[in-house]
Amino acid sequence: MENTIRLENIVKHFPGVCANDHISLTIKKGEVHALLGENGAGKTTLMNVLYGLLCPDFGQIFLNGEAVEIRSPKEAIEHGIGMVHQHFMLIPVFTVTENVVLGEDMPREPLLDIQQAEQRVKEISHTYGLDVDPKSKVWHLSVGAQQRVEIIKALYRNAKILILDEPTAVLTPSEVDILFKVLRKLVEEGLTVIFISHKLQEVMEICDRVTVLRNGRVVDTVETSETNQSELARMMVGREVFLQFDKEKMTAGEKVLEVKGVSALSDRGVAALQNISLDVHCGEIVGIAGVDGNGQCELVDAIMGLRKIDRGSILIKGKKIKENNTREIIQRGVSCIPFDRHAEGLVKSFSLSEVLMLKEWNNLPFTRHYLFDFNAIRSFSEGMVREYDIRAPGIEVKTGNLSGGNQQKVVLARELSRKPDLIIAGQPTRGLDVGATEYVRQRLLAERARGAGILLISTELEEILSISDRLLVIYEGQIMGEMFTANADLHDIGLMMAGVKRQPDGQIKEMPV
Amino acid sequence: MAQKNGEALTDLMQSERFLHRFERIFSVAVPVLAVIAGLLTAGVLIAIVGASPLEAYKALFQGAFGSPYETATSLNRAIPLILAGLGVTVAFRCGLWNIGGEGQIYIGGMFASAVGIYLVGLPLWIHLPLALLGGFVGGALYGGFAGYLKAKHGINEIITTIMMNYIAIYLVGIMVKGPMQEPPGYFPQSPQIQPGAILPIIWEETRLHGGLILALALALLFYVVLWKTPFGYEIRTIGSNIGAARHAGMKVARVQITAMLISGGLAGLAGASEILGAQYRLRDFFLPNYGYDSIAVALLGQLNPIGVVISGILFGALRAGAGTMQRTIMLPSSMVFVVQGTVILFVVGTAILANLPKYLAKRREAAHGN
Repeated sequence: MENTIRLENIVKHFPGVCANDHISLTIKKGEVHALLGENGAGKTTLMNVLYGLLCPDFGQIFLNGEAVEIRSPKEAIEHGIGMVHQHFMLIPVFTVTENVVLGEDMPREPLLDIQQAEQRVKEISHTYGLDVDPKSKVWHLSVGAQQRVEIIKALYRNAKILILDEPTAVLTPSEVDILFKVLRKLVEEGLTVIFISHKLQEVMEICDRVTVLRNGRVVDTVETSETNQSELARMMVGREVFLQFDKEKMTAGEKVLEVKGVSALSDRGVAALQNISLDVHCGEIVGIAGVDGNGQCELVDAIMGLRKIDRGSILIKGKKIKENNTREIIQRGVSCIPFDRHAEGLVKSFSLSEVLMLKEWNNLPFTRHYLFDFNAIRSFSEGMVREYDIRAPGIEVKTGNLSGGNQQKVVLARELSRKPDLIIAGQPTRGLDVGATEYVRQRLLAERARGAGILLISTELEEILSISDRLLVIYEGQIMGEMFTANADLHDIGLMMAGVKRQPDGQIKEMPV
Repeated sequence: MAQKNGEALTDLMQSERFLHRFERIFSVAVPVLAVIAGLLTAGVLIAIVGASPLEAYKALFQGAFGSPYETATSLNRAIPLILAGLGVTVAFRCGLWNIGGEGQIYIGGMFASAVGIYLVGLPLWIHLPLALLGGFVGGALYGGFAGYLKAKHGINEIITTIMMNYIAIYLVGIMVKGPMQEPPGYFPQSPQIQPGAILPIIWEETRLHGGLILALALALLFYVVLWKTPFGYEIRTIGSNIGAARHAGMKVARVQITAMLISGGLAGLAGASEILGAQYRLRDFFLPNYGYDSIAVALLGQLNPIGVVISGILFGALRAGAGTMQRTIMLPSSMVFVVQGTVILFVVGTAILANLPKYLAKRREAAHGN
């Protein structure tokens, strides 16, 4: 009776990869159980199987000792299993209550009984400390509050087991604290929580037991009280990880990028960048830390000439850029690893060689007398495949058919092979496994050693701390502070990311010798 | 551990290679299957009407390719379909839904007629190219305007091009009953074009005109443009991923407008070649539905200029054979449109087969895995 969920020998194949390889796992009633593993370890796949989104090739699920078959999320909910996805499934223009009751049968069909539903939403939020106004529109809410709405949605449907997929990825440190309070309350009330994460510190803080997955297999299940972070890290990657990179000492050279008091609007017409100033010198990596959606995308667009600047100016190698002239900016020696490689970096229906020439398609050696020189294109592509270790059956294969890590290597090869003076790197390791992540970071450090200036924009603080020389924190389109990474204070950065604290005048402390 | 990883990688690469090969085969197999399935389904419908499908198709084939004269007629019908189909291909490859081939054909025909009728005393080698150019320019301006609205102001090109079709069709109607009407004014048609503007017949004793050479040459040209030049690369990048095109610094608006100019121009040439090669004067409704059919021609041809030539000839043959089918076995010629419609339906329907290679790769993978 104590075992709420037992998974036995779950197997799930995808083309070319076995995402879940005979996974067996027991989750006890009333515990917070972590599923820990790097990207691609099979955590989300396993939970999608449990939630009925995926059908396992093999294996069985037992709920309270009884074998069950879960074929859809609807059936999962009937069994009392609720899931909060990484990307929220909310309708922004609806109120909290409207979102909660969406798809539910109402007592007075076909009429909506919003009042009654509102009452229940209030009760639930009161019981579990899920602070949210049932009447407010979802788009008014902060990301943390939207997540609470998702939790309420599951509780409204009488979920007894709650699956949270990377719940802290989008939250600020203070929002994480609130979430953890809620989770403790849920467990107190007898619920079971499955917490998917790859963040060791959080797992240690909130979870009772942890199951570590690696390459689709269970490494072990341990009590958090009987382990520590470094042991978990070793289990997760199968070897010791070196978070700190050896950086050559560099003396920063001349300025390659100057952003002076830039303000710009977002696509929706609200202020996205407000009086932003920053510099990047040759031979240094400048990190921009911040929670997703605080103007990072707009900043990159502005530098690349893809967004209108309302005030201020941007200088590349001392020369002011004009908007709508991305071509010239690129030709001036700027490379960009875009945030979203599918929407901005790749053309999925294009072959590997076609994508590799995307930034220089019009130039020698690819184009000669208005015609493509296919010999030059082929030899360049083959060279890139070798140099960047792109695992593909040939240069004619469509990039949409490559794995995420290889797709990113294609983008990296294209951008870095141009020997740029300035590299704008937006989330360069998003969705990559540890090996590929390390590769990308090493490559960026190599570019730094070559003398390129790099602007690294990432929501992973760990990434910024491990490779950048200097960092700035962005919050709601404003720079909250600037510091050398060597004397960065994590607590301060956290407060700045949450918009709580601002450095006076953005003064930068002296670099320690 | 490393061993295991290595195996997984080669597995992945094998399935990618498999996918790649299948996608290639599919781009040819799918349209062929669609045509066969369309003909079979339409055959069932013919049987329901009470005729023999075999007889009907025999008559259709006889009417399309039974003699040199009939073969030439099929090809003559194919010329505007190929030219306008190329236009559709260029626009679609750029991600622009040019549904305005119909209107661009009419405007092109009108411009070519005007040049062909009112310029007098020019030798063939000047007058004919001028008239063709007139047709291209007319269609290009008409399509380019929709392209400008789309690229600079974000106005949906599907709606503008459809609406502009009506303006063009009825503008031609007004012209042939008014300013361009042949004196003394009995019929809704223009005077004949000058002999110097006529596209010569290229196959003796038939009606096959030089538009075919033009169509084939342009198909070859646009095959080269789309796949072997930077400009074609820009068109395809914008059509496949506009975000990546912007990040690469492509002048998206400029290329979009240019693509629509070319697209409209090719449709205009379709109208021009019909007037200058087959009809010799402008009439009301002189090429009905060719603009819309050219969309089907382009899709069946997999948006590939060489494919467009083949599917254009197929559709031309269907149109040309319709009359014979009607006469020999007393089947209404509208049955041909049913046949065409079913084929188009199957062609468009093959979009659901687009994921079949991936599905097969997965199946194969699963079979290997166990």
